[in-house]
Amino acid sequence: MELIIAIFIGLLFACGVYLILRRSIVKVILGIFVLSNATNLIIFLAGGIKSEAVAFIPDDAESLNPELINDPMAQVLILKAIVIGLGIAAYILALKYRYFEVTGTHDLDQLKNTDQK
Amino acid sequence: MANLLTVLIASLFLATLAIPVIYRLRTNGTGTFLALFPLLIFILLGYLLITLNPFEAGIGDSSIAILEGMELSLRVDGLSLIFGLLISGIGFLILLYSSFYMANQERQKSFYLYLMIFMGAMLALVFSNNLITLFIFWEITSVASFFLIGYNHHREKSRQAAFQALIITAVGGLALLFAVILTGNITGTYRISEIISEGIHLGNHSRYPLILSLVIIAAVTKSAQFPFHFWLPGAMQAPTPISAYLHSATMVNAGIFLLLRLYPLLGGTIMWKYSLLITGSITMFLGAFSSMGQKDLKRILAFTTISALGTMMLLIGIDTVNSIKAALVFFIVHGLYKGGLFMITGIIDKSTGTRDIYQLNNLTKSMPFTALFTFLAVISMAGLPPMLGFIGKELIYEATIQMPQLSWIIVPLGVGANIIMVAISITVFYELFIYQKKKITTKLLIKEKAFPTSFLVGPAILAFMGLLLGIAPEILENAISNSIYFIRGQSIKITLSLWHGFNEVLLLSILTIAGGVILFLLRKPANRFIAHILNLFDIYHLPSIFNNLVNTYLKVTSRNTERIQHGYHRFYLMTFFLVTIAITSLHLFKITDIPFSLQYFSPVKPHVLLLIIIASIAVLFAVFTKTRLSAILAMGLTGYSIGLIYLFYGAVDLAITQFLAETIIMVIFVMVIYYLPTFAVLSTRTSRIRDAIISIITGLFITLVILKAELIKPDYRVSDFFTENSYTLGEGKNIVNTILVDFRALDTLGEMFVITMAAAGVFSLFKFQIKRLKERKKDS
Repeated sequence: MELIIAIFIGLLFACGVYLILRRSIVKVILGIFVLSNATNLIIFLAGGIKSEAVAFIPDDAESLNPELINDPMAQVLILKAIVIGLGIAAYILALKYRYFEVTGTHDLDQLKNTDQK
Repeated sequence: MANLLTVLIASLFLATLAIPVIYRLRTNGTGTFLALFPLLIFILLGYLLITLNPFEAGIGDSSIAILEGMELSLRVDGLSLIFGLLISGIGFLILLYSSFYMANQERQKSFYLYLMIFMGAMLALVFSNNLITLFIFWEITSVASFFLIGYNHHREKSRQAAFQALIITAVGGLALLFAVILTGNITGTYRISEIISEGIHLGNHSRYPLILSLVIIAAVTKSAQFPFHFWLPGAMQAPTPISAYLHSATMVNAGIFLLLRLYPLLGGTIMWKYSLLITGSITMFLGAFSSMGQKDLKRILAFTTISALGTMMLLIGIDTVNSIKAALVFFIVHGLYKGGLFMITGIIDKSTGTRDIYQLNNLTKSMPFTALFTFLAVISMAGLPPMLGFIGKELIYEATIQMPQLSWIIVPLGVGANIIMVAISITVFYELFIYQKKKITTKLLIKEKAFPTSFLVGPAILAFMGLLLGIAPEILENAISNSIYFIRGQSIKITLSLWHGFNEVLLLSILTIAGGVILFLLRKPANRFIAHILNLFDIYHLPSIFNNLVNTYLKVTSRNTERIQHGYHRFYLMTFFLVTIAITSLHLFKITDIPFSLQYFSPVKPHVLLLIIIASIAVLFAVFTKTRLSAILAMGLTGYSIGLIYLFYGAVDLAITQFLAETIIMVIFVMVIYYLPTFAVLSTRTSRIRDAIISIITGLFITLVILKAELIKPDYRVSDFFTENSYTLGEGKNIVNTILVDFRALDTLGEMFVITMAAAGVFSLFKFQIKRLKERKKDS
């Protein structure tokens, strides 16, 4: 399974890189989303996918054997990454919106220098 | 006493803080007020001069350590006293003079700021007892003089001159830094007093040639010696008070000071002598030669300064007690007459509006006092009795005649340069004050009587000082004896007198004056001849060579910058990806000791596999689709599939968050997308293929890295602690949540800040737009 997910991540990365190499800013933003998802998956995979158990301590127990669950730290990290990714997404989209309104273009090649026309 | 001097020098820097206040109170009295500070220093130094013992340092160590080995400490001996007196004395007069000269000009505040910093740095430089601080103040003088020369920065010439001066002196500064550090490493101390008292001399060290060359580069660039002399005539773009100050007592003389200061450490070797002799004599003659045939009074003076600096350099190179004595006396002579003459130039310029000596006509009647001061200054320059200039020139001749071996070439060169000096002195005075030109009538814009005393007092004091010291040179004897004691380590009681008796030196003086008069009479053909010679060398016009060099350098660098910083966002990314892959794969394929085997992996789950296939199709669709909405939907599908994968492996919190975040992103995207243009095909087919290849390589590479990482599993997990203690310490059954809000609560707080900042950013982006729209409405 790890092999398949690794290949899947590779595919996501390939698509993401292809998208952020575009000139159209909309595609670049899509690429950023794909890449952030792919990166989250890498961390997830690093936490291990051996177990299917939820990282909950049973009601009748005081602690859990760490062997039984996948690394919860990876999940914590991804949780933060997702939320921060959301913030970035909102900001980028707003920025893009303004950028298009001011410059009238969505071609990044038109954005080579800081001088205004 | 030492502390007092430190405080006074520091007060020059601190006084700059008061400039805005004084400027507001009394706009045109700023200079007069600031002049108090150098005056106090001058008085203190004067007291030190009187009490100076010929063979003892005036003030020993009083140091404030800044860093290890680098301290602010003062050294007062004859050498620094002579320089310090001239710097503070002329500085005082210059500030008085500037009060009127700069009146009603723009940016006076900056003018005084730069001038005070320059003065303070110059004084600190000469009194510095530490090579590192000496270097620092040396650089401050370079930077301050850059601002002073480029003060009229609206003129291109002025900017260019300032730039040249800065680049050339900064090169020297770097050389000095290098030399200082090398010296410190070899001697183990940066203290000048220790170097002198322990008699350290680097002459036999293997690094000596390097250190000496570096020091000479520093001195030669600062003191405008051939072939770096060209920045000095350019520097006359500065306001006249600044030229007066740069030429007479500061800046260019710092190079001379440096050589005298480091003489105990480096001086006296064959290499020292010859390098200084050669540069000195070339510069001396070249400067004098070029000054003939100039029309602009300031330019004439600038070239005579170059000649004078060459003379001092030469005298240091001759390297006898007499020559050092001559150099010191000549420094004083030159400072007095050159400062005076530059100030007089400013007076004439203010009064008549021109500095061209051939456009000025018989100024004696209209400007009697100026004429008197000019007369005293030029006879000092020409080296006539009873001025100090006469003593200076006699000493120079004495030193050159007594020089072993090379006197046959040095003496004629010196006499030649001096003949030109005499001729120039006569020419300047004659053209300005005596000769009645028929066609030209000089109109006076401001009469001499209308000038305030403070404007005329500078040249007056300097001219009369030249006279006073000529009549009573004994005043200087102690300081010069002291300098020579510390420079050459010889305790000789120096005596100075106006009259040396009839000897060959006097004969040479008479010869010089006669030659000067003859040259003056023949000045028209001589000027033509010199102009002809200078034209021949026009292809070697150094300022233009310098400019070309700088321009070529700028062109090459800007081309390189354009190549690297091309502004195409995608090429930056491409470079980034390819370089990262290249570097990491080197390491990736090095680790080969881990066997690859499928048994390490968990079994394939059909439902997850199905999800992955759906997500793969969706992401590929998102890449290739032509419509925006379907791309977003496909993206969302991929995101939800990933969320489900999280869920199947027990990460419930992740799955929930992923679903929510994905939904919000899609909603925002859809909201924004309708304001944006549709996808357009912007790239060419070839570039698409190239990008596809790069992305496939990147994807493959990532897969390989992940697999490699999967195979190297560490035995220990950081999170085991959290898993075991989640309930006992954190009182939480959901381990992931407990880590988030309890164990790592601060991280979560930071994350909230990030989100808040993003929200604030979005808000301001939209708010800005509203403002803009309002502005537009107002405009229309």
